[in-house]
Amino acid sequence: MSNTGKNIEDKTMVVPEYPRVYLYIRIVQAKLFIDNHYADEIDLENIADEAYFSRFHFIRLFKSAYGKTPHQYLKSVRIEKAEQLLKEGKTVAEACFSVGFQSLTTFSGLFKKIVGESPSSYAARHKEMKKQISEKPLAFVPSCYAYQHGWLEK
Amino acid sequence: MITKMTITNIHVLDQDSAYDFYVNKLGFKLVDDIPMGPDTRWLTVSPPEQPDLQLVLFPVKVSKMFPQETADMLITLIKQGVFGCGVLTCKDIFATYEELKTKGVEFMKPPTKEFYGTEALFKDDSGNYFSLQSIDNFSHENDI
Repeated sequence: MSNTGKNIEDKTMVVPEYPRVYLYIRIVQAKLFIDNHYADEIDLENIADEAYFSRFHFIRLFKSAYGKTPHQYLKSVRIEKAEQLLKEGKTVAEACFSVGFQSLTTFSGLFKKIVGESPSSYAARHKEMKKQISEKPLAFVPSCYAYQHGWLEK
Repeated sequence: MITKMTITNIHVLDQDSAYDFYVNKLGFKLVDDIPMGPDTRWLTVSPPEQPDLQLVLFPVKVSKMFPQETADMLITLIKQGVFGCGVLTCKDIFATYEELKTKGVEFMKPPTKEFYGTEALFKDDSGNYFSLQSIDNFSHENDI
């Protein structure tokens, strides 16, 4: 890849007008809206309206770009954010309601389905790992990197 | 018998800025963020759908193994954009391109059809560059 910079300069920098760029921009805006408002009550009908699509067309285009329907994507974002909160030490209930779920049962079931373990087990595992990290941080760093940083000298 | 690469590194100029770039802009998942002294962290991230590969966001810092002259040289080369760090794959290159542009990622080449697929080039916050390729290439032309 070392010659890539030169190759780029040699090429005429014509921005390719790929197919229907405006549709991509609307789909991306809808995705970013979900990323930024996942904790709110999101009405996916409204997202479709704001993207100037019919609901059916919007869902089809969104899925073709991201592999998930907007609703599936919203759920996955919420669960991912809940994972972060649990890692930070929040309780299962705090994580559940902070990311926009209204029901602990729904949250726990979905979390287990996506992550592969219950939120409480996930939280306990990370709490234990955090404890081990604080006691022996170097145990989590491969020697080649610790050596290069000089961390093994201590 | 070696079977896989599981950890590799990207030299970065600033770990806070690199965290923001890789996690908040590219959407990588944080794996480890372990303090290893006053201003250094063991910071690793994974591509969203590749949890068994960790990228170490490795700061260029002076240490006994990494003298000032070497660090200065490396910083200069990174800033000059000498290092290509690899190829990142996405489902839809046009959607990914638009999203990253919206987030302020600097592209050196927009999605362009090449003989090996559709490719764009962008730089990280330090100056390392990546190729972005789509697994579906132009297959969505008929969808969108």
